[in-house]
Amino acid sequence: MSIYSVPEAVGLPQSVEEGAAFAGRSLSLPRLSLFRLLPVNGSGVVASAAWAVFGLSCLWWEDRGDWSRTHEVAISAFVIAGIVLVTTLSGSLLGRFGAGLQKRAPWLLVLGLFLSLWEVATAKFGWLPLPFFPPPQAIVEVYTDDLPKLLDSAFASVKLQLGGYVIGAVAGFLTGVSIGWSRSVGYWVHPILRFIGPLPATAWLPIAFFTFPSSWSASTFLIALATGFPVTVLTWSGVASVSNAYYDVARTLGAKPSFLVLKVAIPAALPHVFVGLFMGLGSSFAVLVVAEMIGVKSGLGWYLQWAQGWAAYANMYAALIVMSLLCSGAITLLFRTRDRLLVWQKGVVKW
Amino acid sequence: MVALAVTERASTALARGAALDVEGVSHAFDIDGAVLPVLDDVSFSVKPGEFVALLGPSGCGKSTLLRLVAGLEAPRSGTLREDGDPITGPFPSRVVVFQDPTLFPWRTVWNNVALGLEAQGILKTQRHRVDAAIELVGLSGFRNAYPHQLSGGMAQRVALARALVNDPQLLILDEPLGKLDSLTRITMQAEIASLWQRSGFTTLLVTHDVEEAVFLANRVIVFSDRPARIKADIAVDSPYPRHRGDPKLSELRRNILGLLGLDATW
Repeated sequence: MSIYSVPEAVGLPQSVEEGAAFAGRSLSLPRLSLFRLLPVNGSGVVASAAWAVFGLSCLWWEDRGDWSRTHEVAISAFVIAGIVLVTTLSGSLLGRFGAGLQKRAPWLLVLGLFLSLWEVATAKFGWLPLPFFPPPQAIVEVYTDDLPKLLDSAFASVKLQLGGYVIGAVAGFLTGVSIGWSRSVGYWVHPILRFIGPLPATAWLPIAFFTFPSSWSASTFLIALATGFPVTVLTWSGVASVSNAYYDVARTLGAKPSFLVLKVAIPAALPHVFVGLFMGLGSSFAVLVVAEMIGVKSGLGWYLQWAQGWAAYANMYAALIVMSLLCSGAITLLFRTRDRLLVWQKGVVKW
Repeated sequence: MVALAVTERASTALARGAALDVEGVSHAFDIDGAVLPVLDDVSFSVKPGEFVALLGPSGCGKSTLLRLVAGLEAPRSGTLREDGDPITGPFPSRVVVFQDPTLFPWRTVWNNVALGLEAQGILKTQRHRVDAAIELVGLSGFRNAYPHQLSGGMAQRVALARALVNDPQLLILDEPLGKLDSLTRITMQAEIASLWQRSGFTTLLVTHDVEEAVFLANRVIVFSDRPARIKADIAVDSPYPRHRGDPKLSELRRNILGLLGLDATW
């Protein structure tokens, strides 16, 4: 094969067969070639091995504590190792799933190694002190044995967050458009915004909890407040920064004021509005968790607090993972919506 | 300086063009308390269907005059009339094509062109006019493209279609070709000339390109430095289609450059 004499071509097999032939011989190639080959084929095999190592690490030594899911975790690790290996070897036969897995193989490798290390450092040799650093099987145990409570909490959090966020976003958007458009509204609202807006919403907690009829409505208000401020300011600046040339064009074409607001100012301001919605989402998460920890008797923040009271650290990590997935999911959803509405923009950040 | 000549009635005048009367218009801007006069007692009349170029040094106030004609601003003194009626605000019979295409980046080419009909609330029944206007400027293949995907010349064509779809009686061109490369500019000059001849609307073109003015217009009005005052009103009576090499046009160009004090290098 002429490829061996052309180093540039080594990392890029021309076909599947050629690639497979390559993988077989890669060990005899110089180091550089092996390294180049890794993202293509080899890393899938190594990732599979890493997961097998994780499974073995669960079984090889005795647990230092009493965890009921060690075997299940080990078996799952072997299953994942098997899936990764089969997918890697079958190459392009599995289509998109196979391709996606190949792309993520380096990550799977690192994850497998990390889990092995975590397993060994906690459950097997206790390098990290228990109970503050529970092993993977302890966290899996939370998901299998305490699932209903965790799901209830997650659902309560989503409900509270969604209600407050939607109210805050709508109110902020309408306020922002009004101050951006009308001078007289700006005259009255701007000072209030400057006075109240920068106050962290959490500072209202003590007042909100005794002025509102229920802790749920108080929390909704606080989340709306935390969302509303950035959305208002960004919408306002978006509307205010719309080029006068757009208005001139629309006016010479016969546009009435309502058209100028709805079809010129608002679409032109939308990129700003989404920045505000993104910032509002971030600060409202903080308010949500604090409100749940302090006053609301449900939700993931409350679950965290409750788990800490029982020194159930595995439950805390489990809840943290769920929370992270939910927050990240919410941001993903927001960015998807933005990408769909703002297809006309060039070079938007991919989340 | 007085007018060099008076135009005879433009031969292409059709019923669709509007007449424009500018009577004693003066205008000024307040800049940090100081009053900056931009137009000084400007008066002229444009007959229906005429193509008039307003020529003058950069920053002399020609574009301000166009904003007054479009109705985007009101003059400090004097009146502007379209077909005898005073101009008090923007109206879709007078459409402007600006130096920048200022397409709405969030709208596709089709939706940008549809803007005027949509703003007037007649888009639903008149969708075919949008298609026709896009066809007219030769961009049928790009109706679903977004402005950032277009070249400068294509964007300016879309802006032209966005104006023409309204069936204007007075087309106001504010240096629409000023930012295009010279090849695209030559092509589009010819296109504008033929569009104007076919449709018969009155056209007001602001430009600082003398060749463009004499190539396109029936009449060239030359302005002084700011505050703008009319220096000369010159008829260009060569028949269309014109040729850039026409010695008559070259002679005229030289005269106009002379009026602007720029004939030394000719």
